[in-house]
Amino acid sequence: MVSRTDRSAFAEWLWTIDRYMLIGIFTLMVSGLVLSLAASPPVAERLGLESFYFVKKQALFLIPSAAVMLGVSALSPRYIRRVALVVFCVMLVLLLGTLFFGSDIKGARRWVSLFGISIQPSEFIKPVLVVIIAFLLSEGRKAQDIPGQLISILLFGIVAAMLVAQPDFGQTMLLTIVLFALFFLNGLSWLAIVPLGLMGILGVAAGFTYLPHVRGRIMRFLDPSSGDTYQIDKAIDSFIAGGWLGRGVGEGTVKRILPDSHTDFIFAVAAEEYGIIVCVVLVTVFAFVVLRGLYMATQDQDPFGRLASSGLIVMFGLQSTINMAVNLNLMPAKGMTLPLISSGVSSLMAISLTMGFVLALTRKRPQPRKNPIITVTRAAPVQPA
Amino acid sequence: MARKADSSFLRRSNVNQKHGTSAIRLRGPGRSRIFFAMTIFVFVYGAIAGRLILLGLQDGDPAERFLAAQSSVAQARPDIVDRNGEILATDIKSAALYAEPRKIPDTDEVFDGLISVLPELDTPSIKKRLESNALFTWLKREISVEQRQAIHALGLPGVGFRESNKRFYPGGQTVSHILGTVNVDNQGLSGMEKYVDQAWLKDLQDLGFTQDRTMEPVKLSVDLRVQHAVRDELRRSMEYYKAKAAMGVVLKADTGEVIAMTSLPDFDPNNRQQALEKARMNRVTGGVFEMGSIFKGITIAMALDSGKVKLEDGFDATKPIRVAGQKIDDFHGKRRVLSVPEVFIYSSNIGTIKVMQKAGIEEQKAFLKKVGLTQKMTTEIPGVARPLLPPKWNDLAAMTISFGHGLGVTPLQMAVAGATLVNGGKYLEPTFLPRSEEDADKLAQQVLKPETSEILRYLNRENVLRGSGRRAAVPGYDVGGKTGTAQKVVNGRYAEGVYLNSFMSAFPMSNPEYLVLIVLDEPQKVEGQRYSTAGWNAVPTTASVIRRIAPMLGVVPDFADDAETIPVSYQNRN
Repeated sequence: MVSRTDRSAFAEWLWTIDRYMLIGIFTLMVSGLVLSLAASPPVAERLGLESFYFVKKQALFLIPSAAVMLGVSALSPRYIRRVALVVFCVMLVLLLGTLFFGSDIKGARRWVSLFGISIQPSEFIKPVLVVIIAFLLSEGRKAQDIPGQLISILLFGIVAAMLVAQPDFGQTMLLTIVLFALFFLNGLSWLAIVPLGLMGILGVAAGFTYLPHVRGRIMRFLDPSSGDTYQIDKAIDSFIAGGWLGRGVGEGTVKRILPDSHTDFIFAVAAEEYGIIVCVVLVTVFAFVVLRGLYMATQDQDPFGRLASSGLIVMFGLQSTINMAVNLNLMPAKGMTLPLISSGVSSLMAISLTMGFVLALTRKRPQPRKNPIITVTRAAPVQPA
Repeated sequence: MARKADSSFLRRSNVNQKHGTSAIRLRGPGRSRIFFAMTIFVFVYGAIAGRLILLGLQDGDPAERFLAAQSSVAQARPDIVDRNGEILATDIKSAALYAEPRKIPDTDEVFDGLISVLPELDTPSIKKRLESNALFTWLKREISVEQRQAIHALGLPGVGFRESNKRFYPGGQTVSHILGTVNVDNQGLSGMEKYVDQAWLKDLQDLGFTQDRTMEPVKLSVDLRVQHAVRDELRRSMEYYKAKAAMGVVLKADTGEVIAMTSLPDFDPNNRQQALEKARMNRVTGGVFEMGSIFKGITIAMALDSGKVKLEDGFDATKPIRVAGQKIDDFHGKRRVLSVPEVFIYSSNIGTIKVMQKAGIEEQKAFLKKVGLTQKMTTEIPGVARPLLPPKWNDLAAMTISFGHGLGVTPLQMAVAGATLVNGGKYLEPTFLPRSEEDADKLAQQVLKPETSEILRYLNRENVLRGSGRRAAVPGYDVGGKTGTAQKVVNGRYAEGVYLNSFMSAFPMSNPEYLVLIVLDEPQKVEGQRYSTAGWNAVPTTASVIRRIAPMLGVVPDFADDAETIPVSYQNRN
């Protein structure tokens, strides 16, 4: 074991990282691989690929993903901001690129090929945008002359416009909620929250009125007989068929029918084979990671660190809850991947980056106490002469 | 960006001190808001877990699971038999072994008993399944009767059998197109199997009444012996004349029952894959063809029945007809004025056109409709093709249709129309199920005067005695018929020497009981033949078919005077 007196970078990292959250995240990563064993073979077979193509791909990218996460988690907040800014600039260019050179998949241009690897810039831009907005808001709050809120909204507007152009309403919606959450966490006055909430409701109402597919989805959720709820019905069948203990690995049948069994509906597919108890455990792990992350954020005295880590965790939590709620027919259908679980290299890498940021920002750092004069800091051992 | 976050706590402390009040505000809401978010997440994750648990509690409707397992076993179907009760299709029963682990008191005893009969079950997974608390589990599908008996004799508790059914066609290819096929779940996919499903079996299966019951067999109008003879002769001819395909239909003339129907190449219904090959399609009901000169009988019947044409009328066939830039001529034209019987026997295109023109296009249209040649035929077998009508029924179309071009019909449709001409003028839709004469009389539509039908019998008989059908003569059976040699369209043009040959005949012509339509697709000349026209291949094939089937069908031969048609009134049969 590394000694506490060891001052190397690794020892520093090991003693400051939040190990509970790290274990939670690794649990989810490995579960993702295991669930992929159940969910992805039928999709691979449908696409004429080898049965375990997606499993192998997932396993292959798990190592670099973990490396990215651990590497980023060792950074200091200042470097986090720098990394975020660089990634933001690159991804903004790529995001623009998708509109012109993107490959058209199912009527949307979300993917761009870079050095032979197809990546989804929208996945990567989400966490870095959160970090940048968190910085702008915390700075803006500290020094009144920096228009942090205005710049934040501006940056959000640019990214959202590009996402809508792809089109990718799911990510836009997620990002909007996260933006609101960031303002909220930053202490937005309740007087401002009410009108903003009303605006949000108006926005949903506008979508309901003017976008037929949005209306269709909501109507089908409220009244299943009004349209085709085939996917959702099958997902629910899958949970019921699985029962408490599941049918056993490879025994699932619903996965052969559900079109996005390895991404959007992986939760339902996993339920059929591994059972509801495993699903409840999975939900618990998600809840643990989210709550632990938020709790750690509250311990942070630095407004930037607190805002950025809580914003990232909220995004992670939202994504997981939306996906699971859709799978369980608790909300209208919306395509959303289950973070760290669903297949998809871009999604996995981006979430690893997100969790890397969170781990870095929630590392134990010297914190000012109630009396700001007294600071507790780790004393360097006396250097032998 | 270059704010020194980590290294400048002192400075930040100073900042906090400077704006003391704002710093407290900054810390206050920030933290409480995060706690607020945590509360929301606790509720949301709680709701998700709760929903999961509710779904988990829904599980365990054992009856539903059990029923689902039952219905996955192939359903029973009724046997299909021919008109004499010969089995054409039947179910072979096999058993599937299952266990109800909850009802097993001593797993080891049951496991040891099972592996004594079925050693292949000696696996840990089977043992685990027996030990589990499941309600139902399959152990082995398709076990033999002996194995079933042996396990039964052991008297093991909690172990049972389900009947499962496999369709079997003892006749193989013989009746393939009429019977059709079933899928792996024993559901009809084509032919009479599908008809049976659609007509009533599906409803019965859905109600679960088909598990272990013996169902009344379905009787068809088909005669297996005749079917075999027709198929056998067609197969020989197809080989001998190197034809691409061969078709044969035997209809009972006065009831419309299909006695035999063959379309070669056919398939073995025991081998489902074959049925999907395009070359093995059922051409008799699913293919449309320009039938050629056998249409002339229809045109002449129409003209005579209209009263506008008399048998003795003369029609000038000296010159080819030129119309719309095309020339219509006769094959071996006589180049003189022909009477109606001569038009028929010499198969004059020019004469037929003139006969049609004298009666009129409207008359032609109306008559073709009456004999069912311009609309889709209704019968039990699914997948009946719709006739191919000319885009516009103008003068030219009417002319070509009069001698069998420009209108595509299915061979079965043609056979039905042919039966109408000689059975006394009664149109009857074809059926593959038995139909009594009383039922037929009720269904029949009189579309021709009996006298006209009488004349058509005479003309057909004359054609066998003196015309192109000479090789169809079978002593004693009074065969009459009309040949058809239709040029086929190759690359959008009528091609010389590429024929669809047919012979539509009935016997005995004095009072026709059976109609036989034989069609050969692209037969070739064989040694010693000058032409590949119908008279050289379709006609002799018909003769060998009739020679074989007439005695089977109990038609009494009459050798008294083979040369002349004896009017029905003088006949004294039965």
